[in-house]
Amino acid sequence: MAIIRHIGLQAVNGPLIALSNVKDAAFDEVVEIEVENEENRQGRIVHIAGDKVIIEVFEGTSNLSLKNTKIHFTGKPLMAPLSTEMIGRVFNGSCKPIDGLKEIFAEKYVDINGSAINPIARSYPRNFIETGISSIDSLSTLIRGQKLPIFSEAGLPHNKLAVQIVNQAKIADTVDGAKDNFCVVFAAMGIKNDVADYFKAKFEESGVLKRVVMFLNLSNDPIIERILTPRFALTTAEYLAFEKNMHVLVILTDMTAYAEAVREISSSKGEIPGRKGFPGYLYSDLAQIYERAGVLKSSSGSLTQIPILTMPNGDITNPVPDLTGYITEGQIVLSKELNKKGIYPPVSVLPSLSRLMKDGIGEGYTRHDHKDLANQLFACYAKVEEVRSLASVIGEEELSAIDKRYMEFGRAFEQIFLTQKLNESRSIKQTLDLGWSLLTILPKEELDRIDPSLLDEFYDKSKSKINA
Amino acid sequence: MSNSKIFSINGPVVKVRNTKEFSMMEMVYVGKNKIIGEVISINDLETTIQVYETTSGLKKDEPVYSTKMPLFATLGPGIISGVFDGILRPLNKMEEENKNFIKVGSNIESLDTKRIYNVKITVKEGDIIKPGQVYATCEETDSITHKCMLSPFLKGGVVKKVAPDGEYSVLEDIVEIEDEEKNIVKLNMCQKWPIRRTRPVKKRLKISKPLITGQRIIDTMFPIAKGGTAAIPGGFGTGKTMTQHALAKWCDADIIIYIGCGERGNEITQVLEEFSELIDPRTKKPLTKRTVLIANTSNMPVAAREASIYTGITLAEYYRDMGYHIAIMADSTSRWAEALREISGRLEEMPAEEGFPSYLPSRLSQFYERAGYVETLSGEEGSITIIGAVSPQGSDFSEPVTQNTKRFVRCFWALDKSLAYARHYPAINWMDSYSEYDEDLKEYYDNFLGKDFLKMREKISALLAKEADLLEIVKLIGMDVLPDEEKLIINTAKVIRVGFLQQNAFHKDDSYVTLEKQKCMMEVILHFYEKAIENIDKITFVQLEESNIFSKLIKIKYETTNKDIEKFNIYLKEIDLFFNNITK
Repeated sequence: MAIIRHIGLQAVNGPLIALSNVKDAAFDEVVEIEVENEENRQGRIVHIAGDKVIIEVFEGTSNLSLKNTKIHFTGKPLMAPLSTEMIGRVFNGSCKPIDGLKEIFAEKYVDINGSAINPIARSYPRNFIETGISSIDSLSTLIRGQKLPIFSEAGLPHNKLAVQIVNQAKIADTVDGAKDNFCVVFAAMGIKNDVADYFKAKFEESGVLKRVVMFLNLSNDPIIERILTPRFALTTAEYLAFEKNMHVLVILTDMTAYAEAVREISSSKGEIPGRKGFPGYLYSDLAQIYERAGVLKSSSGSLTQIPILTMPNGDITNPVPDLTGYITEGQIVLSKELNKKGIYPPVSVLPSLSRLMKDGIGEGYTRHDHKDLANQLFACYAKVEEVRSLASVIGEEELSAIDKRYMEFGRAFEQIFLTQKLNESRSIKQTLDLGWSLLTILPKEELDRIDPSLLDEFYDKSKSKINA
Repeated sequence: MSNSKIFSINGPVVKVRNTKEFSMMEMVYVGKNKIIGEVISINDLETTIQVYETTSGLKKDEPVYSTKMPLFATLGPGIISGVFDGILRPLNKMEEENKNFIKVGSNIESLDTKRIYNVKITVKEGDIIKPGQVYATCEETDSITHKCMLSPFLKGGVVKKVAPDGEYSVLEDIVEIEDEEKNIVKLNMCQKWPIRRTRPVKKRLKISKPLITGQRIIDTMFPIAKGGTAAIPGGFGTGKTMTQHALAKWCDADIIIYIGCGERGNEITQVLEEFSELIDPRTKKPLTKRTVLIANTSNMPVAAREASIYTGITLAEYYRDMGYHIAIMADSTSRWAEALREISGRLEEMPAEEGFPSYLPSRLSQFYERAGYVETLSGEEGSITIIGAVSPQGSDFSEPVTQNTKRFVRCFWALDKSLAYARHYPAINWMDSYSEYDEDLKEYYDNFLGKDFLKMREKISALLAKEADLLEIVKLIGMDVLPDEEKLIINTAKVIRVGFLQQNAFHKDDSYVTLEKQKCMMEVILHFYEKAIENIDKITFVQLEESNIFSKLIKIKYETTNKDIEKFNIYLKEIDLFFNNITK
């Protein structure tokens, strides 16, 4: 047990407290804070200047006074207790069980800040994950070990989409085909109570709850804890993926709330604000979270991340989606317009992208025509947007014959290809065939992104099938 | 034991009080773990140090050790095909020692001191040797001969003793010289150089040769010269990294230095895997044999990210001094600028634009000015070409890093979101991009490809500019009302865009295209256009459209290899025939 080192504080400001006359404190060290008649709180040293230190208090500073507070220094950075027992349990943002069961028996303790993965030790992610959702599988393919965020807005069905991905993802189809080595780590940061309940209920319904580790920091929980939540979740996920060789899917929601917590703490520390008040180190801070995904050469497990973030006012240039996009390997963007048209999932395919897709599709992974087909669908749909803006000026009637075909293609693409039921899972073959059948709406000469031999192989076949 | 003790810690910034021990930009070891740091400011009260690793667990009053040396790179054989972090620590050695994750305080030598090279000594006893002169050579990889040069820090003198040719490791002494003051200097195969200091050259030469990249939009439209500078700005997902990869794979530099500065770990892994499989078309050896990777991924310490750019350019200068042509890919300079901003913020400096420090422009220009085509101290020609990616925040090109970079580079390849959305790669926008090297390279193009090459390029640019104007009109009133001449322009421009500017990086015949084939492709497209204009009164546009000639022209790029130059004569004849038939 740590020795009592200090009684009383020098200052309290927002989530921060300051002490003076401290000796032998280490940067990033965890402290225990004892308050009369209350449970102990935890904090972390964020600044040392001479014998003064500044501490972030994870559980908030309410009821702390300059006199009634005792500080114990633990001499350690914040450690996460780890064990495979954690699967199926629910924790708060500081990794304390909140499901009424007792504390877990830790196999080991690991610093939650983690360390950077040596790029040499990584193996390049190539294994395709079939989500059963056409727009994702064909156009922004998810790869095992990838970090692919969902850019959404308040009011859009990102939670439904996340649940559908978890339920349908064929992530565990490894050699033994066992479901045992698959699990989900779910970290909620600043989300509403009923959203957390929705996820819980949906996971239960589909029977995956047994395989989920939940870390919940709801919107009324302390801000500082929100900074820790993804770190506890990812430390757990790294342990399961790289030491226990499991395929781990991590869902982090909502990263915007996380970034706002970083901003709040930064401003109470009096740091110089950058864009929109976010601190200059937001990029590095987010990178420390997102870069903790991947596949290692030394382990058969994988860590795939699906962070969800809500863009304030749908603005993709807001610092949070902007910086996220620069770190993650692509993004899935949801669109308000499609949602209004009643299309689910409302994936806006043009700005959506999967950077790892090009190496994880095609011969040996999905099908040899996948690359060209995806390129062509993108190009055609981009053309549809052009034609639509023209049609809005001169009217659809006045369009040229070929432009009318594009309008028809656009409608079919949204109504048939994008639209899916909540429990509808399409195999990659079905998805690709569907893509070809859409392309037959257009004349063969328009399809300039496809290798002529593939065009001969698939276009005619698809056309004759439709005619029949 | 050191007298200096840590006073304060704030992220990567550590301060020491009451000491006069340190000098500016000196390298220091901080704390018990001896993590590397660099002195960045000194005043009578305190010395400020930026630390190249995480400061987690560091305590007040831990010692700080002086080294009396600036932050340096150890240069010698064994760098090519290596992977290093921002301060030149070899990542594969770190993996052997620390497994999957990077540990704090790993002070590992940059060069493999155990590896044996077959060394040829190129001086003999009694020779006079000057700084920059070569005294030994060895085969570093299959494609690169390493030349050991007398460090510019030494004075030169008379060779007193030479070891016989044979097998040596980098730290063994192979030559002994006596300088003017009769000091004996022993030389092994490596030297140290401070990374923030430019290596000297005899003189800068005029820029006159292109860096041939095999990418049509670059070589033909916006060429870059050997010794030049270019910026690739673009929001996320527009293909900055893909463009940099394509250039690193195909450009005709002797050595590629790829700096992954604050980018993704998986991208580094991808380069490693891909480049070891790809064969350099010139040397027929794997591309890794000419590549050095500096990998400081976004989650690695921010101060080392700042240093990685300088480490990379120092390596480039060292190999340039041997007479090689180097291309540096810096991906991304914005991350480097952000590292400056982050450290500046921790130092509580007065911010200028958008929180960036006011010295951002001068730092950027110092970096880009280290490019150039030079005559080295040993009298050889070498060059450094810098190609820096810029990631503008919010995809807004008016932000400080893009704007300041624009001032110091002469090639600007603006990546465009809407092109990327339509999967038109490389997504270099032909209206916003420019190259100021046209004039410098005119002579080369005229001699090598004939005078008509540049004329064709002008015609292509003119057609594209015309198309942009016409599309404004089409947006308002539709295509149908345009006269046939203008419809022809729009469709020819489409052929240029899709059939020429767009290039498929994954197609065997399209990923790299020689200048000759680029010229032939232009010739065919322009020949078609001229023929069509000539006959515009005799035919209707609908006839052209129905004949599928446009899509045939677009597909030429997939139907010809770099060697099928004769095939283009057939295309020209086919076009003549086509118009003869249609006008009959």
